[in-house]
Amino acid sequence: MTDRAYRAARADALRIEPLGELTALFDRRSMQTHLVVSPMPEILETMGDDASNATALARRLAASFDLESEGDAIPVLAERLAELAAMGLVERA
Amino acid sequence: MRHETRIAVGPVQFRIGSDWAEPIAALERLYAVYPKDGMRPADATVRLFAARPWRRWLRPSVHIGGDFVVPDALPLPLPMGLLAAEMAMNLQVALGWRRHMLLHASAVARDGRALIMSGESGSGKSTLAALLGEGGDWRLMGDEFTLIDPADGDALAFPRAVSLKNEAIAEVAARVDAARLGPLLAGTPKGDIRHLVPRADAIAAMHEPARPALLLFPRFGGESAVEPMGEGEAFVRLTEASTNYVALGEAGFAALTRLVRETPAFAISYPDSEAGIGLVEHLWAEA
Repeated sequence: MTDRAYRAARADALRIEPLGELTALFDRRSMQTHLVVSPMPEILETMGDDASNATALARRLAASFDLESEGDAIPVLAERLAELAAMGLVERA
Repeated sequence: MRHETRIAVGPVQFRIGSDWAEPIAALERLYAVYPKDGMRPADATVRLFAARPWRRWLRPSVHIGGDFVVPDALPLPLPMGLLAAEMAMNLQVALGWRRHMLLHASAVARDGRALIMSGESGSGKSTLAALLGEGGDWRLMGDEFTLIDPADGDALAFPRAVSLKNEAIAEVAARVDAARLGPLLAGTPKGDIRHLVPRADAIAAMHEPARPALLLFPRFGGESAVEPMGEGEAFVRLTEASTNYVALGEAGFAALTRLVRETPAFAISYPDSEAGIGLVEHLWAEA
């Protein structure tokens, strides 16, 4: 799988409200509500302003989370990034 | 329209017009004790019109319309004009209201705090609210819709005449003054229906907001059971129960996330009304 780079939405585009195990996201651009579970909120929070692919994201997430024990995180993160892109929450850089 | 009336239910002022006198007279009897303000502009317009001009005389049949029209709304025979009017009033509010978040839920209040019950048709939310509103110190806020103010999160009442259905008719009729019951509408598309005018004190207090204190998702049938519900699930269920969540945009999102965060939520099952009321009182005491 190609490790594509994505860019997060502008900081003011999303309103993010954790609701227990779910996180509700309101996208001000599409006016859509999304409900996501971990690791989606963590990915969005970690992306920051720069474009990043799964390899770069894994490196940054590893600073806060224990990714080693989860096996190879990179293909999983690449899949999650593609899903976030399909929801319009991140876009191809 | 040849016949017309105005009715205020909670924050909504309805203007209802009809080709016939009967449905308007029936509505005016049912809503006789509601406060009247003929000068206030209408928020929602409801029209009951003849399907074809000649049908008014030949085979009287009521079509419903208003600011929002559902093309496949059922024509109903004239004796069911009251039901047609009620369906049309609900429809106009469900589709048109934007000032508050509208939840398809019943509500009762005590000491300025609201119990909100959301569920499908048949869950018993209307019957529970009606029975609670008859006994003790609960105030019926509404059997069908509850409004949430996006500005402060308060619940507002929409105490239309309660629509009692099938078995609930006898159960509630046994406890109330017959003068508060409308005519029996037998064999409607929703089964037998009889309207109950809320208690006078509930109507008098219909403009008083109440703070949401407990959210219940009742299910009629089966053993008594209580299941705490997480914020996320309550949020999902209430987006489904809101008729205008999408239309309100971020204001709706903010109001709903706040409601589920600040209000404890439970799913309850109950075999009969008495058990249901017992569960409600128990959970309320702990809320």
